[in-house]
Amino acid sequence: MQVVEKNNFEKNKSSVKNNAVQFLFKYGAIALLVFIIFYFSTISDAFFTYDNFTDILRSISIVTLLALGVTFTLVVGGFDLSVGSTMSFSTVVSASLMVWYDMPLWLVLILPLLIGVLVGLFNSFLIVIIGIPDLLATLSVMYIVAGLHRTYTEGYSIYNNMPLTSGSTAPGQLSDAFLWIGQGQLMGLPVPVWIMLVMVTASYIVLHHTRWGRILYMTGGNAEAATLSGVNVKKVKFTAYVVSGIFASMAGILFTARVGSGQIDAGAPLMMEAVAAVFVGYSVLGAGKPNALGTFFGAAVIGILLNGLTIQNLPYYAFDIIKGSVLVAALAVTYIYAKKKLNRT
Amino acid sequence: MAEPLLSMSAIGKKFGTVTALQNAEFHLKKGEVHAILGVNGAGKSTLIKILSGVYQQDNGTIYLDGSLVQLATPKSAKEKGIYCVYQEVDTAIVSDLTVAENILLDTFANKGKLFISRQKLNDKARMILHELQVEHINVQQKAMHLTLAEKQMVLIARALVHSAKIIIFDEPTAPLSIHESEKLYAVISKLKRKGVGCVFISHRLPEVFEISDRITVMREGAWVETYATVAADQSQVIEAMLGEALSHELEPSTHFQGAPFLQVENLSDGDKLKNLSLTVSSGEVVGVVGLVGAGKTELAKALFGATPLTSGTIKLEGKVTKIKHPADAIKAGMALIPEERRKEGLFVQESLEINATFPNLKKFSKGLFINRKAEKRYANEIIERLRVKTSSTDTALLHLSGGNQQKVAIGKWISLDSALYLFDEPTKGVDIGAKVDIFKLIRQLTEKGKGCLYFSSEIHEAIGISDRILIMHNGQIVKELSRQEATQERILLYASGGKEQF
Repeated sequence: MQVVEKNNFEKNKSSVKNNAVQFLFKYGAIALLVFIIFYFSTISDAFFTYDNFTDILRSISIVTLLALGVTFTLVVGGFDLSVGSTMSFSTVVSASLMVWYDMPLWLVLILPLLIGVLVGLFNSFLIVIIGIPDLLATLSVMYIVAGLHRTYTEGYSIYNNMPLTSGSTAPGQLSDAFLWIGQGQLMGLPVPVWIMLVMVTASYIVLHHTRWGRILYMTGGNAEAATLSGVNVKKVKFTAYVVSGIFASMAGILFTARVGSGQIDAGAPLMMEAVAAVFVGYSVLGAGKPNALGTFFGAAVIGILLNGLTIQNLPYYAFDIIKGSVLVAALAVTYIYAKKKLNRT
Repeated sequence: MAEPLLSMSAIGKKFGTVTALQNAEFHLKKGEVHAILGVNGAGKSTLIKILSGVYQQDNGTIYLDGSLVQLATPKSAKEKGIYCVYQEVDTAIVSDLTVAENILLDTFANKGKLFISRQKLNDKARMILHELQVEHINVQQKAMHLTLAEKQMVLIARALVHSAKIIIFDEPTAPLSIHESEKLYAVISKLKRKGVGCVFISHRLPEVFEISDRITVMREGAWVETYATVAADQSQVIEAMLGEALSHELEPSTHFQGAPFLQVENLSDGDKLKNLSLTVSSGEVVGVVGLVGAGKTELAKALFGATPLTSGTIKLEGKVTKIKHPADAIKAGMALIPEERRKEGLFVQESLEINATFPNLKKFSKGLFINRKAEKRYANEIIERLRVKTSSTDTALLHLSGGNQQKVAIGKWISLDSALYLFDEPTKGVDIGAKVDIFKLIRQLTEKGKGCLYFSSEIHEAIGISDRILIMHNGQIVKELSRQEATQERILLYASGGKEQF
């Protein structure tokens, strides 16, 4: 009798724990966001204003693009660590095309995207054809591409009419049309925010409402079963890494237009932030898998947190502690939930 | 003859509500080779695991050398001189250690000596290998370089270090070549002369008759009969293994059989499959029967384009068809219901809806966009037609029972209206009710003129459903029987590599 009671008691205790995990998994990220907004609003008047929120959205637009690319690779069961370097490369290439070579705008937009495609193809070649595990392959490519972009610029950032090593000055400037992409306004919102919103929506529709999206998710969920259902898994993975490369180079172009110069190593610090955004996104509304809206949401959580802390005058060099902690918390909730789910079956 | 070395009497074991053993008996004499036979699920492995201390019996007694023993852990079984040579030798071998270290692993793993004399270790290992007459194995090489057969010898040697009283061989010859097997027989007879009791488990009847002294047959977790090998014959033993013919046979089919749909000639995959030829007509169920490891799954996957072929042609409706990827097979009108449905057939984390429409997504989309309503409609249709028991079309499949999962694995092909279905062990882990549903479904398919290849190691089920039966052994088709000719005894004989004597 006593044993039975004890058992029941333990069962209740564990089910309370289970429910808590389930709740955290479903609504944890949203609760956290609401809490952060509420907290900062009570502390600072400058925080909860339209201007500040468009600021936040603009600040997360570049990371969100990067993170969308990572989302696609995670959906097919891969991973892309090279997005940061790819973004840096595309940043300096787009700037150099204008400043060094005085190229027309359409080329300045297309060529960096081509670089993204090439990096994606190289990644998938290593992963799909050669068979190197995704993390290791993209880690190596991250270094290769980072080295390439530093070599290309000889270590200098690129700005209007910069002095060249030959002694003369660069012939070109970043055009106003180009800068508008990063600095302009459209219907009350900054252009980068529009670009981000369009890309998030497009990714969401592709991933959740089209045949392609279904095939991407199933490939990631069970490549073996997908193959036996007639899916060419290799082709699907190729596509995902190419998409990731394209997103990374879009982020690079946007960065150049936003800052007005081609900074080297622009993407390096954003890579981990993008990965964090995707994993925070796992736990949004209990999706349990990478998803476009979750990624946007994850980027927003991190962006708002950093914005609020900036207002609080937290030194910027401490920001990585916050980013890392948010990532760890998101991962913890996701993986504890996954373990529970496995145990139940 | 001598006192029984080991007596296991009235052994019972339950796992949850499933009875694995009931009144199992096993008696072993000193210096004898005693084989245990039984079909899959007869309880052989459970009995062996109880003897080697992996499981504990719920009831029954074990006497060793005349005294009652409790074998609580594998360690205590070993201390009492009971050793086991498993089929998967790699799990018991440490591949980074040398042969000598592997042989004497237990001695230095358990005793707290800090330094090990390599010299002594190697000498001792050499001595034992010499005793087994396999002194060609270099004791100083790493175990990872050994062949499977040599690894087995190392395991046997490890048992001998401790002067084992009983050595259990669990399907030891399954991965071995004939030559290697013969070598193993020689070692076993040597052990026998040393007075070691050998328990021998195998699916290969001829070798059982060659090397055993006695045979115990088990069926459904219980002891059936123990024979002296010299006095027994194969058909008698097979009958004892199968018991009464299991009676859920279906009516013989009377439907029309059309032209050959699939013709396969001389198919090989350079590994397991050797020169297979077969045909399937529309409206026909062809059973492909063989023991575990005969190459049935390999054949199914090769036909479906999931594994590459080295030679052979596949003709569909008379035309030579190149099938390089499952996508080609699906386009050509084939469907595969794979053996490992959770791993290969289904997305178990996903809903029935998503699973059921996946191979034919185009049909459920408008342009690029998925039509969720059409998906749901089809999912409901599958649930009704195949009688899937589930709470909703959104439930993740991992919450469904094995039988219901299997129905979904079949149902996902139905929207494609495929012409040829490959069923690989479709009744594995499926309860009897779902089994009957699946058989009915196969019949419905053939009545509509579809062809089916039914791969199975459940002989009586294959006889019940098939119009013709092909028997596989060791990657080849060794015999074809019509439904009228097929009996369980004959099939089992050919499947175990035997031949009928006329």
